[in-house]
Amino acid sequence: MATPLTDVAQTKTGLSYQSPARHGLVTRVTGILFSGYALLFYFFLYAPIFLLILFSFNESRFPTNWTGFSFDWYIKLFGNYAMGQALKNSLIVTFTSTAIATVIGTMVAVGMERFGFRAKTAVEGTLFMPIIIPDIAMAIMLLVSFSLVGMQLGLGSIIIAHVAFNISFVAIIVRARMASINPDLAEAARDLYANEWREFWRVTFPQLLPGIIAGALFAFVLSFDDYVITFFVSGPGSTTLPVRIYGMVRRGITPETNAVSSLMLLASLLLVPLTLWFQRKGETN
Amino acid sequence: MASKPRTKRERLTLGVLISPTLFWLILFFLIPLLIIFVYSFLDRGTYGGIEWIFQFDNFVRFIDPLYLRIFGRSLMIAGVTTAICFVFGYPMAYWIATRSPRTRNTFMLLVMLPFFTNFVVRTYALRFILFREGVLNQVLFALGLANPEDPPSILFSQEAVILGLVYTWIVGMVLPCYASLVGLDRSLVEAAQDLYANRVRAFLRVTLPLTRAGIVAGTILVFIPSFGAFVTPDLLGGSKSDMIGNLIQQQFGMASDWPFGAAISAVLLVTMVIGTIIYFRSLRTDQAPGLG
Amino acid sequence: MPSSIVEFRNVSKVFAGPGGEDVLAVDNMQLSIAEGVFFSILGPSGCGKTTTLRMIGGFESPTEGDVAIDGKLQGETPPNNRPVNTVFQNYALFPHMTVFDNVAFGLQMKKVPKEGIEGRVLEMLDMVKLPGMEMRKPKQLSGGQQQRVALARALINLPKVLLLDEPLGALDPKLRKGMQFELKELQDRVGITFVYVTHDQEEALVMSDLIAVMNKGVLLQVGSPEKIYEHPRTRFVADFIGETNFLDGTIAEVSGKEIVVTLNDQISIQATSDTSVKKGQAVSVAIRPEKMRLGGGDNGTVKGLVEETVYLGTEMRYIVLLPDKTSVMVREQSIATERRRSYQAGDEVGLNWNPEHALCLTE
Repeated sequence: MATPLTDVAQTKTGLSYQSPARHGLVTRVTGILFSGYALLFYFFLYAPIFLLILFSFNESRFPTNWTGFSFDWYIKLFGNYAMGQALKNSLIVTFTSTAIATVIGTMVAVGMERFGFRAKTAVEGTLFMPIIIPDIAMAIMLLVSFSLVGMQLGLGSIIIAHVAFNISFVAIIVRARMASINPDLAEAARDLYANEWREFWRVTFPQLLPGIIAGALFAFVLSFDDYVITFFVSGPGSTTLPVRIYGMVRRGITPETNAVSSLMLLASLLLVPLTLWFQRKGETN
Repeated sequence: MASKPRTKRERLTLGVLISPTLFWLILFFLIPLLIIFVYSFLDRGTYGGIEWIFQFDNFVRFIDPLYLRIFGRSLMIAGVTTAICFVFGYPMAYWIATRSPRTRNTFMLLVMLPFFTNFVVRTYALRFILFREGVLNQVLFALGLANPEDPPSILFSQEAVILGLVYTWIVGMVLPCYASLVGLDRSLVEAAQDLYANRVRAFLRVTLPLTRAGIVAGTILVFIPSFGAFVTPDLLGGSKSDMIGNLIQQQFGMASDWPFGAAISAVLLVTMVIGTIIYFRSLRTDQAPGLG
Repeated sequence: MPSSIVEFRNVSKVFAGPGGEDVLAVDNMQLSIAEGVFFSILGPSGCGKTTTLRMIGGFESPTEGDVAIDGKLQGETPPNNRPVNTVFQNYALFPHMTVFDNVAFGLQMKKVPKEGIEGRVLEMLDMVKLPGMEMRKPKQLSGGQQQRVALARALINLPKVLLLDEPLGALDPKLRKGMQFELKELQDRVGITFVYVTHDQEEALVMSDLIAVMNKGVLLQVGSPEKIYEHPRTRFVADFIGETNFLDGTIAEVSGKEIVVTLNDQISIQATSDTSVKKGQAVSVAIRPEKMRLGGGDNGTVKGLVEETVYLGTEMRYIVLLPDKTSVMVREQSIATERRRSYQAGDEVGLNWNPEHALCLTE
């Protein structure tokens, strides 16, 4: 039966979900149209992706002529040596650069949140720049610099580049997490342990972990998917998967391209919810 | 909670925490940035290398109408993209922000998900749809809106590039606008209505100005990558839709004129910085949109 | 009879609760508010008073029944079409506008010509004692000042009804007392009907011409502060306003206005009732602490043992234990105590009161 209400009438922030009884027909119709717009938006967002995945299973050589369902192109993919190499390179680069960027990024995040110091704004600015700079400018910068010092372009140069732009992203994510942690816990722990180092590991770090993992996953996705920067700083023999795919894409629409593209799509679509699940999980603690 | 390091130990900790990042960014970001600027003054060597002669030639070359046209086109394309992203993205952000707190995170996630996929692949997906025998044209044939004998070529045009850029970057507008809208104090909108503003006017005088921060962030997040884009025009545009990004890439590819490429990059970067500063200045005024 | 400016006709409001179940916020309310009064809606958190206010303002629509303003049924009319203005609990001042623009907002929306606006705004700011503040931004003002701006912003439109949702909640106690007085004075001067929501019963008693007491969505009683205090209709009202002692018992005899109530089969006391009661009915007899008098152990309607004494300067409070193990509180002005010695814990005393002050409550 009906139970008494605890004053729910005023929520302080956020636009409200109006209770349906409010206002008349016009509002209701606008509401439906508005939701229709949202639906359309989602449709346009996902249609190209789903169509691509759908047609990757197309038996026919001609992408838009649906003749039947088939895994052929995927099987072909697995036999493709060059593709396997590219994947291997991608994984090496991605794992390495993610590991480095996560460690360094977390360190700087902790440092920035805990301390204030004179040059802090300058450091913040420097951290901010890789995020807003256009890919191609960053790519060129590194290419020119590498060649100027005579550095060989290979997996190493790619890793360096990836770390350079990923640090900032990891730092932002971890800092956001730090800001939302209850500082009282750390204070209490410091009282108990009387040792900052131990306090950090026992109390702050576990709370930070979901943020760190989220940052790592984000860096992983960014690194794995990166094309522009990788293209410019890679050398022969250090082709990564996105670079390889780009080459295929430029040559036109082929089922093989569809297949490998679909795989990449599916990989991302699975990884990202994972990232967010980790971030969410941390928040409920 | 951030406090100045007091003990020597704290200073040391801070140093340890920050220095790897500083090292990396200074070495692999700030210095390369400097190098680019220096490089743009160099001359291209006869055999594709470089000559250490300092000159302004590269920048003078850029004043050529051919290159200026590309620059202007990039501005235009980026501008149109940003405008379209705002027109379509803000309402979407508004819609999500007005869902119940339980569901709005999911809706936001669903918007963000495609953008975590590889954007080369996503651009390819668009190409797949738009090409001559692509899905879009098939649909148009079926609806009788186009002639199969003479299929409309939507691909390889400026419009396709804009479409591709909007598709790629619209989340950069939706996300900050959403964050701004969600943080809006609902009682302000009610107060406006209480004071005789209908929903439209309440939106224009209260909601929109107060979400300005989100709109600004969104504009920057869309404009900058659009302006410096090169994959999208490369895959979806024709020869007539070359943008600055393509121009730069050509200098490092076939044309093999690295200093010139560096110069163009420098122009790109400076334009961005100036543009951002001007943009922020023009919005620095915390004044209301005035009476009426 | 003064015309009623706000009317609630069989109004109920149901919300969808967090778990999906229905929540009844307002239960079949019948209310009539006369023009020109300072009308308070008083009740604990969650009693539905804010919802009631919002239904006048148009921010919520009744699930059943209807609200009428100045005789016109409102239905689902949105707030911007109602001749009503609100002072919000958190003031809701537009942060991106100056004080001037805030106060002028309503007039601008009504398309009052610019020349007319300026004078009225400055005049209004004077009335709320904020001269010279028109170019400031809300964040530059103190809580008390923001509150006055909110008031000015609402009043300048000369609404038929002004709604105030616990506007003094965020102020410190001294400022609060001052504002209570000012609001009351303002209402007197301007003559507009004020509908004021609060959970602070003292505030309601101080400011209102009429008080409506609500609990759990139900309107329990409407009356002047005196009426509510001296003649509460239900146990809740008696308990919520001021302090009350409750003695539970059954009606032993009824003869006209005189009622005898037996408490726990032992003590008999005399009482009155505002409603008709029958012999054998279970009642709670409500007696205010200040209406009880202590006497020596041998004289008194009821005997008791002093458990505790509290000295409060202006008064003495005694907690007295009755034979049936219930405790009552007695308040005595210090002047009264001076005439004889005050009692200590452990003393046997006799309690007395005027039967007219012992009210039988059946709800």
